[in-house]
Amino acid sequence: MKEKMPEMPKTPVAAWRRRAAMAGYLFLLPNAIGFLIFTSLPVLASMVLSAFDWNLINPPKWVGLGNFQKLIVDADFWKYVGNTVFLMMGIPLSIFLSLFLAVVLNQKLKGMVFFRTLLFIPSITAGIGTMLLWMWIFNPEFGALNTFLGSIYDVLAWLPGKLGWVWTAWDKIRPEWLGDPNWSKPSLILMGLWGSMGGFNMILYLAALQGVPPELYEAAKIDGAGAWQRFWKITWPMVSPTTFFIFVMGIIGGFKGGFQTAHIMTNGGPSGSTTTISYYIFNNAYQWFNMGYAASIAWLLFIIVLAMTLFNWYFSQRFVHYG
Amino acid sequence: MDEAITLKRQRAPISLTTVVTYVFLSLLALSMIFPFVWMIRTAFIDPQHVFISAEETGVLRWLVPESFPKLDNFGKAVEAVPFGRAYVNTIIIAGCVTFGQVFTSSLAAFAFARLKFPGRDKLFMAYLATMMIPGSVTMIPVFILTSQMPILLDGALSWLTGANVAIFSQSYYMYQSVYVGRPVGLDSYFTLIVPGMFTAYGTFMLRQFFMSIEKDYEEAARIDGCSTWGIYWNIMMPLSKPALATLGIFTFMGAWRAYLWPLIVTYHQEIMPLTILIRSFQSVHQTEWTLMMAASILDIIPLLIAFVIGQKYFIKGINIGGIKG
Repeated sequence: MKEKMPEMPKTPVAAWRRRAAMAGYLFLLPNAIGFLIFTSLPVLASMVLSAFDWNLINPPKWVGLGNFQKLIVDADFWKYVGNTVFLMMGIPLSIFLSLFLAVVLNQKLKGMVFFRTLLFIPSITAGIGTMLLWMWIFNPEFGALNTFLGSIYDVLAWLPGKLGWVWTAWDKIRPEWLGDPNWSKPSLILMGLWGSMGGFNMILYLAALQGVPPELYEAAKIDGAGAWQRFWKITWPMVSPTTFFIFVMGIIGGFKGGFQTAHIMTNGGPSGSTTTISYYIFNNAYQWFNMGYAASIAWLLFIIVLAMTLFNWYFSQRFVHYG
Repeated sequence: MDEAITLKRQRAPISLTTVVTYVFLSLLALSMIFPFVWMIRTAFIDPQHVFISAEETGVLRWLVPESFPKLDNFGKAVEAVPFGRAYVNTIIIAGCVTFGQVFTSSLAAFAFARLKFPGRDKLFMAYLATMMIPGSVTMIPVFILTSQMPILLDGALSWLTGANVAIFSQSYYMYQSVYVGRPVGLDSYFTLIVPGMFTAYGTFMLRQFFMSIEKDYEEAARIDGCSTWGIYWNIMMPLSKPALATLGIFTFMGAWRAYLWPLIVTYHQEIMPLTILIRSFQSVHQTEWTLMMAASILDIIPLLIAFVIGQKYFIKGINIGGIKG
């Protein structure tokens, strides 16, 4: 197809450039329109929104930085920040387990692909289905977990000797899991570990382990290094970029996350013990229609995420070993 | 492989480490799979057997009660709420989102990776920068726009035509009785699909992939007079099938699991995707665990199918995603 241009350009190169630029913009257009409407303009809009008090019914009221001033002294908000950070304690645990599993699975043995697939299943099925499942597992009276604990105590009570005290203490060591404000967050962490330790992070670690030159291990073996030393002196530094990547992603995801789990499993309770920052944004925006206030919390969340990212980049340049 | 080496390996005695490894992995795999066993058990038994403790019946009878394969629960769950419709909705939504995202992302990624135009790198930086912004920041204005859209559009049309137009704020029915929601705004397929069709992440991922494709092919095609679209469609697309499939599978599964956005924009059960329907089902049948587990199984099965189909792209995709660190 060759159409005639209304105005002939001076040189063929200039014409080619102009056509190429035209093509570039055309290819970009469909995505850029969506990007403009659903991302860039909303970013600006929510920035403006954070300076208003608006419930969608009454006209918006300008409050300047008022929302942020309110937020700084909002005790609920800080409690929920605390919850969010508490839930992130699962991240290092999960990272360590993933790496451990990857090291185990990286051995040249038969059936490793089978185990890898089995361990990966919880990450595939993640969603409302597994959350309902875990609510049932955590059920204090008839759930699998307390039934399992019960049978362990049965065995202990049956044991001869002075272990009978365990049987009498049984009711005290039987947690209410999601129903107890002290246990609700550890319960969610436990579920998270089940869901994540054999998942994406482990696959990333497996790939990273493939990249470690075997000569390093052979040389270390000759020099008499044990398995423990080989792990800490070779494996750990060699996979540190992966660890760093997973950690940063985990922290960022952790600050943004926690809404769906809490909304389905606990409604943010009991007594607000599982309400995270994102849940508080949800409540403010879509339950109580404090649009301006919700936008302010979202922006503060962004600032936290940004600060974490910058801090992590700085940290990585000093400590992470890129081979 | 050298035959001598293979033989040697076969003869090697089974070491203690190997045994420990297998025992450990088997135990771990069992504990990972047990929740699913528990789920299947609960979904297929009579409700009265749910509240029986292992002490009364013994472990084996407790795990597999007399009523075991009982299909009633699925029937009851499907009768209680429109599960079939929710499946159709989710498939439509996830399908359209996936197609839209792969298509628009690949177009934009091609532009960023291969075409030269003023402002390209600055635009790309803008895309990258927004990847860090939490979804909750942008979702609030998009929600407000969405909820006002029918009124705004009807108002604009009324003003233009001078008549009283109510096209967009009306609900529509197919065959008089099948609710299909509004054209735009809350309770509309438009709202469930379109905002999910554009992501910076997909563009970024595909651009990285396109950059790794050698330029020889397209230069040869260029010399033979191939158009830019021809290069995109006949060269780049076939060469990047693995990357497209990967993005497609991740997008599909993400759309299948989408929760917050459909939660706030749907009110009618008929238009809800599976996740939100199950949630509304849950709020009514909170303690009927047999029904809840049946619903959970209904949620999980399609994800497992998607995984089985796209398994090889899945593992690859995780590693492509990991490169950017």
